[in-house]
Amino acid sequence: MDFGFCLSPSSHVKMDTVDLTTFNRLKETNPDINTCIACGSCTATCTAGNFTEMSFRRILLMLQRGKEDEAKKMIQRCMLCGKCTLVCPRGINIRKILLDITR
Amino acid sequence: MLPFVLGMAFVLTYCVVGLLRVIAQLPKDDRKQFWRSLVTPKTAWANIRDLFGDCLFHVKIWKRNPVLGYMHSAIAFGWFMIIVIGHIMLFTLKPLQNVEVQGFEGMFTNFYYPIFYKFFATETPVFAFLMDFFLLMIISGILIAVVKKIYSKIVGVKRVTKFGLADNMIRFALWTIFPLRLLAEKTNIMGFWWAYSIDLCIFMCMLPFTRYMHIPTEALFILLRHAGLNAREPRKGYALAQIYSCPSCGLCIDACPMSVNDKNSGNTSAYFMKKLRNADDAEAKRIAETCLMCGKCVMVCPVSIESCDIKFSQRAAVPYNINSDHSYLDVISTETQRSGEILSNNNKVLYFAGCMTQLTPKIMRSMKQIMESAGENYDFMDKDGGICCGRPMLLSGKTAEAQAMIAKNTELIKKSGAKKLVLSCPICYKVFKDEYHLEGIEIQHHTQYIDELIKKGKLKVNKGEVNYVYHDPCELGRAFGVYDEPREVIENVGNLKKAKSEKELSICCGGSLGSFNLTQQERDEITENSVNDLMFNNPEQIVTACPLCLKTFVRKSPVAVKDIAEVVVENI
Repeated sequence: MDFGFCLSPSSHVKMDTVDLTTFNRLKETNPDINTCIACGSCTATCTAGNFTEMSFRRILLMLQRGKEDEAKKMIQRCMLCGKCTLVCPRGINIRKILLDITR
Repeated sequence: MLPFVLGMAFVLTYCVVGLLRVIAQLPKDDRKQFWRSLVTPKTAWANIRDLFGDCLFHVKIWKRNPVLGYMHSAIAFGWFMIIVIGHIMLFTLKPLQNVEVQGFEGMFTNFYYPIFYKFFATETPVFAFLMDFFLLMIISGILIAVVKKIYSKIVGVKRVTKFGLADNMIRFALWTIFPLRLLAEKTNIMGFWWAYSIDLCIFMCMLPFTRYMHIPTEALFILLRHAGLNAREPRKGYALAQIYSCPSCGLCIDACPMSVNDKNSGNTSAYFMKKLRNADDAEAKRIAETCLMCGKCVMVCPVSIESCDIKFSQRAAVPYNINSDHSYLDVISTETQRSGEILSNNNKVLYFAGCMTQLTPKIMRSMKQIMESAGENYDFMDKDGGICCGRPMLLSGKTAEAQAMIAKNTELIKKSGAKKLVLSCPICYKVFKDEYHLEGIEIQHHTQYIDELIKKGKLKVNKGEVNYVYHDPCELGRAFGVYDEPREVIENVGNLKKAKSEKELSICCGGSLGSFNLTQQERDEITENSVNDLMFNNPEQIVTACPLCLKTFVRKSPVAVKDIAEVVVENI
């Protein structure tokens, strides 16, 4: 029966059970990600983001929530142009982090 | 005399085997190109000129630093002359001295008689003078080398390469050869002759495993370089010849912008070549990815080792394992509509700002204003944001992915029908010049374009009173030698002051996309050093021609930093 609406599955992330190995490894090799303020400058300037949903801010968020596969899929869009690194107000070496995630 | 003959035999065998190995490792078409280059008159002439100029007279070191030039020439050229004169004596004075040289045995005696001439015979006064003269020349060179080892700043070298045990031992062996020879010749004591011979043997037996291997390898490297080859694999063929040709002299250490931080001076090309030689792949990869790829080490290298190309191939050999998916590039032409507006006038200029210029909109605005006031018929290719030129992807070693972007941009440019492509970013300029195939389309950086507009009289500018200093972006200056056009433009609109290091010696701003590993703090140190160098003559403004340099300098500069286009617009 179609009511014109339905219940969507919960998008709740159970932080107790998610696998954070990638994120923790990343924090060790690139401690500067701890300083991210999620301002979104990287996303706003992203060359690939102009054409796709590519967003470094979201990639970091996904990793923090253990959604590693989604993050890796998004990284595939990156052109490595380095604009994100250049505009980051905290001087985070974003390009290096993107490359390290898949390493 | 036995130790010397053994040493010589060993080193010759090693060189022949090495030579065959390098040639065998060359890709087939490269090998063909190499053989062909040997018989082409133009390259053959260049070969002969450089074999003498570089291997024998060390012209490049002389140009860079006359004291070091003398030091090296005194030892190498002096030694060469002693061997040559020894042979001349052997053949001209033979009847006089009653030296029997014949048959199979004669081959060997010919081999070592000149080296121990005084032991077997006495020379005529003229030859004696020449021999003593060159021997003293060598010893004077060694004295400078000893002084340099104790206090390198005295010869203008701040940082020297740190050597391992083998390199230090062979250096000591080299230093003692000639004093021993002098002692042996003057005293004629058998013990000294033996010491001299054993010392020669030690030197030659260690030669293949130390930096002195550059002596025989450099000749091969010059031939390969003139054949126009490219290093395709980091440790094979052409690259192998380059690795063994690196004398670890360390001139690149002082030149490298990263050396401002002593910790990072270990990331310079001299050490990179050493790591490759020692097959330390992990370290070689790390250094290759840390390098800013500014190309200054290649510029100052007395052997002209193309270390950036080797770093490039090292990056490509172990690429990052992102499975890049740029399928979205296909839809761009319809999405952005920029290429949809086919230009009717074929004389039109196509302006491509590039990613970095998108971040510095004042350059784009200035360029628009310049083109409008010059009455140019232009179209703006990436007004709504284009795609990357592909150079950053290439720098990460992912050639195939970069080619996808290159193909897309080529398609967009060709569709536009423009005859001239103007770029604002030297990073784009480099890849457009090197990798794109845009036959019939002139590619210009905006410095060249503005210079042309002024010279043609299309753009009228007023000369202002501001004192500028110009920073040469690496990918415009060192890569393509665009030094004069921007300077002429600046002299048209103001006064140009000199920086401390200019043109091919300009220091990277520190923002380079070439490096993946440098942290922001490390980059800042490089930037500060570069700004200090530019501020040498107290200019009122720093002018550059690269949006990335501009953005980097703004962080650290005590004076205003502007792009050359902005400066021109201020003076229209």
